[in-house]
Amino acid sequence: MTIPGWLDDFLWTYQTLIHDLGINGLLALAMYVVLAVGQLSLGQAAFMGLGAYSGALLSMKLHWPFALVLPASCVAPVLFALAIGVPTLRLSGVYLAIATIGLGEVLRSVYINWDYVGGALGLNGIPERAETWMIFSLLGVALLALFLVGRSRFGRAMEAMREDATAAAAMGINVQRYHLMALVTSAILAGLAGSLGAHEADFISPGEYGFEPAVTILSFALLGGIGNPAAPVAGAWFLTLLPEMMRDLPEIRLALNGVIIVLAVLFLPRGLFGWRMKRRAA
Amino acid sequence: MLAQQMVNGVLLGATYALFALGFTLIFGVLRVINLTYGFYFSAGAFIALYLTRVLGLNIVLALPLGTIAAGLIAVLMDSLLLPRLRHRRTAELDSLMVTLGAVLALYSIMTAWLGPDIRRFPPGTISADAIEILGVRLTAAQGLILLASFVLVAALMALMKFTRLGLAIRALAEKPDAAGLMGINVPATSRIVSFLSGALAGAGGILIGLNFNAIQPYMGESMMLRGFVVIIVGGMGDSRGALVAGLALGIIEVLTAGYIDSGLKEAVAFAILVVVLWTRPQGLFGRAVGQRA
Repeated sequence: MTIPGWLDDFLWTYQTLIHDLGINGLLALAMYVVLAVGQLSLGQAAFMGLGAYSGALLSMKLHWPFALVLPASCVAPVLFALAIGVPTLRLSGVYLAIATIGLGEVLRSVYINWDYVGGALGLNGIPERAETWMIFSLLGVALLALFLVGRSRFGRAMEAMREDATAAAAMGINVQRYHLMALVTSAILAGLAGSLGAHEADFISPGEYGFEPAVTILSFALLGGIGNPAAPVAGAWFLTLLPEMMRDLPEIRLALNGVIIVLAVLFLPRGLFGWRMKRRAA
Repeated sequence: MLAQQMVNGVLLGATYALFALGFTLIFGVLRVINLTYGFYFSAGAFIALYLTRVLGLNIVLALPLGTIAAGLIAVLMDSLLLPRLRHRRTAELDSLMVTLGAVLALYSIMTAWLGPDIRRFPPGTISADAIEILGVRLTAAQGLILLASFVLVAALMALMKFTRLGLAIRALAEKPDAAGLMGINVPATSRIVSFLSGALAGAGGILIGLNFNAIQPYMGESMMLRGFVVIIVGGMGDSRGALVAGLALGIIEVLTAGYIDSGLKEAVAFAILVVVLWTRPQGLFGRAVGQRA
């Protein structure tokens, strides 16, 4: 099959943007899985950073093939999620949010002060191996899997504990196990996104995984809504495409992003795409 | 050497405590996590800079004026953003998001308007003289910081403890609905709390600006991360805890920078935060609160 010339041009011009749509979609899903069980865990940027750094090091220093690097990039984030998961499961709400932001900042300071990973300058010359089809098939698989989980009894349990964790526990749901599973899933998704991002941009630096990206990822999910897995992805696409349309006004771009978040939370508490999943009666 | 480091640490800690006090006040009373709070810090510093640079005011006048202006900005922003959220079930999360969006917008507008460069107070804003007591140097700027933080903290404590307004604020923190039923004007008291917290942030910004003589729009953001550390370690909404934890953080940062590595001072601060969250999530001085359905 040959790609028509105009489409080829289009893809070439907007390649980075198209890749960003996929990667941000994966990040929005990483946020969705923890919000779906009612946990305000903001460690996604930290997981993304671990995936990006470990993936980049495996490619650059050990020259592993990308087919191995990509799954291996999930190892460090998952280990980190397990390490922080057990103690932070005791926290909730605001405390969990701040603890996870704090952990992300600790990691960022480690990257900055560790010369092996390039210090404050970051890593340069990562091989560009992330292909469009990889990014979007991973996003598609993740979306499908989360849809199926959401429609199953697990999905019902997740929704129950999001609405009222105490009541859910009283109904026999092991809330802590769900929370840990959600955190690990989030780590896998964010680790994949980080590794794909690193192998797409050929350059990573500590600042990309700090406080600001952490809250940007949260805004994807909140703008879209968390009633179904497609909503946060739509939110991510909206917030990724919007600044692109205002390329000529770079100073106003961030300001407008901020205003949109404000308006969305004030006037659309369920998100832009807030409908809930349809389920058959049990 | 150690004595000098301790003094520098106490000075830095005093501004952290001042900043965290306003942050914990607004959380304790209004139950919102106000991320725009860091912006009031930057705003206070820039207003004082404008007053000294363009209008040629003395810093002794610019400090209180900048503080009041920052408080007024806080009243304006908070009454735009927060009242709508107060009665939502997820008020904490929503306030986090709304103020996050707002602060993103505020910082980028400020940067677009004033530029990202570091600015300095005009030379001679504050005398460069220093006095030496027992081998410890104290500059005039540091003396002002110490004095101003002490006066502001003491004034706030006295206000909370001995006045009817303080009583109303404490009642509002305890139970907003009941406070309203007892005849307290809840919206007006909330605005006063916004003003007080914004003024504390603004004063902190001016003092930190004087201490390091470097002012730029995003200065409030790195301060916010320290504010988080202080209010969690001290216990959220606990003003005495914020004072102790703020002072301790300043001393620890200065000692880490002096004896280990200046690059590690943030990592140390956050490591403390994480350890406290794991062992005492209610804060060092807080009481555990049971969970209710």
